[in-house]
Amino acid sequence: MFLRFLIVVILTAVILVIAAMIIAEFIGPRSFNKQKGEPYECGIPTRGKSWVQFKAGYYLFAILFLMFDIETVFLFPWAAVVKDIGIYAFTSVSFFLVVLILGLAYAWKKGALEWK
Amino acid sequence: MKQAFLNYYDITPVTTWIHETLCSVMPEGLAIFLESLAVGVIVLLMYAILAIILIYMERKVCAAFQCRIGPNRVGGKGGLLQVPADVIKILTKEIIHLKRADQLLYALAPFLVILASILTFSCLPWNNGAEILHMNIGILFVLAASSIGILGILLAGWSSNSKYTMIGAVRSGAMLISYELSIGITVLTMVMLSGTMDIQQIVYNQADGWNIFKGHIPAILAFVIYLIAGNAEANRGPFDLAEAEQELTAGYHTEYSGIHFGFFYLAEYLNLFITSGIAATLFLGGWMPLHIPGLDGFNAVMDYIPGIVWFLGKTFFVVFLLMWIKWTFPRLRIDQVLTLEWKYLMPLSLIVLVIMTACVVFGLVF
Repeated sequence: MFLRFLIVVILTAVILVIAAMIIAEFIGPRSFNKQKGEPYECGIPTRGKSWVQFKAGYYLFAILFLMFDIETVFLFPWAAVVKDIGIYAFTSVSFFLVVLILGLAYAWKKGALEWK
Repeated sequence: MKQAFLNYYDITPVTTWIHETLCSVMPEGLAIFLESLAVGVIVLLMYAILAIILIYMERKVCAAFQCRIGPNRVGGKGGLLQVPADVIKILTKEIIHLKRADQLLYALAPFLVILASILTFSCLPWNNGAEILHMNIGILFVLAASSIGILGILLAGWSSNSKYTMIGAVRSGAMLISYELSIGITVLTMVMLSGTMDIQQIVYNQADGWNIFKGHIPAILAFVIYLIAGNAEANRGPFDLAEAEQELTAGYHTEYSGIHFGFFYLAEYLNLFITSGIAATLFLGGWMPLHIPGLDGFNAVMDYIPGIVWFLGKTFFVVFLLMWIKWTFPRLRIDQVLTLEWKYLMPLSLIVLVIMTACVVFGLVF
């Protein structure tokens, strides 16, 4: 049941995009110009490549994100049963949460959260 | 009384009846095929109609905040046909083929963006029994599916081979993944309060009071954090620096023309609706009417209003809140955005998580 509807929904998304693209290709006007295929940079001819090395600050946040996101995923099954388990759930996950918070504090102290 | 309500507006008998009637006149395979087709058409229609309503609402709300009238020419006094006219216009625009782009990824990006938004869209609980993708880990699936959209944005920016799109995409990627953490943790608190990840079950559990009342202080804090992070997730409001017009022309979709740009625009508005819909489901009770324990007469009157009216009412209330934020605050800088998330929202949401755990374990919730 779920799998069937999942396939239906994915197909719907793909068909929506393809159908709109085909309609637009057919009814849209077309004109040819040598300058048209160039990247738009406000009229000035592009200099150099755009696929260059980029500021490392962005990737640092991506690495931090990876750490915390995996830990959030670990917490989901626990969150669904915390009501039934009671105080044992609280004490056992407290250690995990302390490590998580210490990790954030360490990254903060090291200056990983600063934008340089 | 609670049980009576749940049976009263359940639409499962309707869907079962349709299935049985179809099966009695044709082979089962054909019946299933027709039903799947109907589901696809319904999703598509809802998606398109909601996008048109949201864009019209945004223009009117924006106009009200800026003391203007907004669209008022096309289609009568209120400008009701302005947005359908815009849709037709964008379909007839020329599609420009780039010479130096990475063609495969350039074509793939709109698919990913639309796919993420339709997948999450079909997880929303519209009414009792009216949820297209229903599963027992629904809310986790929503978080996972919405991450596909980030991939689409990064691909769109990178594959266009332009400096503006590149900067826009990297900014957007850093911001979206950062704010996903706060969303994940606030959703976690609500899963804890409900004791399940099934979206319909979360709504059922709010029959004796919405989560925001049940969870009192931590729930209200989580709601505020969710709204801020959700606004960033939808790439809007004070967090729209990925497409800051003054610096980057249009950010990651600068090089997309005509309907290809339209897909990103469509997905952006639907993501606003989905963020608000999830907020309404988790915090404000989804399709569940307002119930006050003790006032049975009042609760019975509220039960006569159908669930879909409640769901749409709450969702559009949250949508209005987010539009209010968007048209009130000035845009942030990238370092301010990341500082807000990592130094304020993230520690705050971890504290809320701990408080909520303590409240649930020691029975301090209603």
